[in-house]
Amino acid sequence: MNVAKRTFDAVIVGAGGAGLRAALQLSEAGLRTAVLTKVFPTRSHTVAAQGGVAASLGNTTEDNWHWHMYDTVKGSDWLGDQDAIEFMCRKANEVVVELEHYGMPFDRTDNGKIYQRPFGGHSMNYGQAPVMRSCAAADRTGHAMLHALYQRNVRANTQFFVEWMAMDLIRNDDGDVLGVTAMEMETGEVSIFHAKATIFATGGAGRIYYSSTNAFINTGDGVGMAARAGIPLEDMEFWQFHPTGVAGAGVLITEGVRGEGGILRNDAGERFMERYAPNLKDLASRDVVSRSMVTEINEGRGCGPDKDHVLLDITHLSPENIMKRLPGIREISIQFAGIDPIKAPIPVVPTCHYQMGGIPTNYRGQVVVPKDGNPNSPVVGFYAAGECACASVHGANRLGTNSLLDLLVFGKSAGETVVDDFKSGNLMLKPLPETAADVSLARIARLESQKNGESVHEVRLAMQRTMQKHAGVFRFDNLLKEGVQRILEVAERAKSTEIKDKSQVWNTARTEALELDNLIEVAKATMISAEARKESRGAHVRDDAPDTAERPNGRDDQNWLKHTLWYTAGNRLEYKPVNLKPMSADVEPIALAKRTY
Amino acid sequence: MTVHRGRVRWHCRRALLELDLVFTRFLDDHFDQLTEEQLIDLEELLLTEDHDLWAMVNGSKPCTVPRWQELIRLLQIRT
Repeated sequence: MNVAKRTFDAVIVGAGGAGLRAALQLSEAGLRTAVLTKVFPTRSHTVAAQGGVAASLGNTTEDNWHWHMYDTVKGSDWLGDQDAIEFMCRKANEVVVELEHYGMPFDRTDNGKIYQRPFGGHSMNYGQAPVMRSCAAADRTGHAMLHALYQRNVRANTQFFVEWMAMDLIRNDDGDVLGVTAMEMETGEVSIFHAKATIFATGGAGRIYYSSTNAFINTGDGVGMAARAGIPLEDMEFWQFHPTGVAGAGVLITEGVRGEGGILRNDAGERFMERYAPNLKDLASRDVVSRSMVTEINEGRGCGPDKDHVLLDITHLSPENIMKRLPGIREISIQFAGIDPIKAPIPVVPTCHYQMGGIPTNYRGQVVVPKDGNPNSPVVGFYAAGECACASVHGANRLGTNSLLDLLVFGKSAGETVVDDFKSGNLMLKPLPETAADVSLARIARLESQKNGESVHEVRLAMQRTMQKHAGVFRFDNLLKEGVQRILEVAERAKSTEIKDKSQVWNTARTEALELDNLIEVAKATMISAEARKESRGAHVRDDAPDTAERPNGRDDQNWLKHTLWYTAGNRLEYKPVNLKPMSADVEPIALAKRTY
Repeated sequence: MTVHRGRVRWHCRRALLELDLVFTRFLDDHFDQLTEEQLIDLEELLLTEDHDLWAMVNGSKPCTVPRWQELIRLLQIRT
């Protein structure tokens, strides 16, 4: 079948923060750049980021990148690669100031500098005291960032293909990446985007869980495409759960509520965090609070008819204070829990929030895979940045405000690497295989001819419930083992989903079916990687790997200080070493230690 | 001007989960009954930034465009 072909110097998939930042680098260097995106760029999920972007500007309190690096390594529970973390923390000031010059309306101090606020896990002098490191634009940091980057891209003549869904990665026999296939949603037609460089910036896949703070677009498209094309996925067992998502809806209730005096209570009305974290109580770190909540629920002290949530109580705060300081929260609670938090507590559960793992990259944004004895051999023509990538800076647990920093630093870095490779003649337009579009066309044809299949909705729900039950906040050996079987069964069901609407034009049912193919890859990777890792580390907490003197927090550095690599073919697992050596001689490696706050 | 229902349906996919949940309800309960004229209004409403649209839906900001007000009312209905 004849498939239309478009040729570019570079094709970028995804137009959130990472994609736009990478695109800017390429377009300003004069490369012909196409950006494919399912939704209009300023409707990407980066919009939802509120907290800010971390940078050790030291505008309000003393700060430096060494301290930021220490916090990030410790936050990662030592699973983060220290070269990439050094790179990110050193680059932070540069990318934030650049953004300021692009017109980002950061909050200001009285003397006109970028205002910085404190944030969990960020400290001065190696954990001594909280530091003011987060640069924010009110509670719309992600939104403002996306707009600044989009406008700049328009100026730089980046070519956007809006409402195009990338379908599959194109590789040749050598494994080099030659571009992607993509479907134009308006026509349903599949085209080839042939390019010298392909950058994935497709965001996370938080929709694999039943309870998720992520918008519906977060279906892990790049991660799924990479996996199907034979690229391993790194550290997919690590997902950050936010303690307070509205039960049943997932919508995020910010930490600020507990900062203003909100209290978590069980069915007896007990302030249970006093037992788990006597000092910080409800303001302990995200993973500690989430685990405490799940313990309460698992031990039968949950609330509601199914005893499946706990309550976030702010009824002791004055209505004036709630209206003034937490207005958005009141609206969310009324809308999604049917409860006015002035009068009654909000039902909450720990909710999937952020994907720490992803497509393996180095700090230059090159996708790297094991080859000929090198665990980090770059894939020619392939780059990735942002939540879909694993550089790895977040390791086993991400610090708040490091995600917006990640997408700026590594979006730019991937762009710079492409420009360097382009200028040095390392990137060429390689001939497309005859079969370049076959996989994508077969996927479409399968959906058109499928009979007696299940609905996409049913299979997606089965996947989400399986992930929630078997690979949630707290993980149990028997549940994980059973979960592996269950998710493989769901993956089989996903191969024969049926859509009733067979039309070509704006067929959203077909788009959702294609998205499910991507989600399923992420779900399998998560469950299988989690079952295999027999320790607790960061966000991966196993009931059978408790805190002991020999293994603090259940962490087993002797056997498990390594990155997981999952391959979809045969669901095979491999491991590669964590890079404990910083990028430069300017800083000593951050030595292994117990993670305590 | 013709409006394709599928396109408008896709534009109901938003950047914020809050709106995705509101639109899921709306698509199930009201979308198929919208007139051609309402679809045109909805497509225009969907050009609004997510934070502003959410503020109109949750009532913290008034909807000042008269032709959107009925749609906002439908979006506000909780089942």
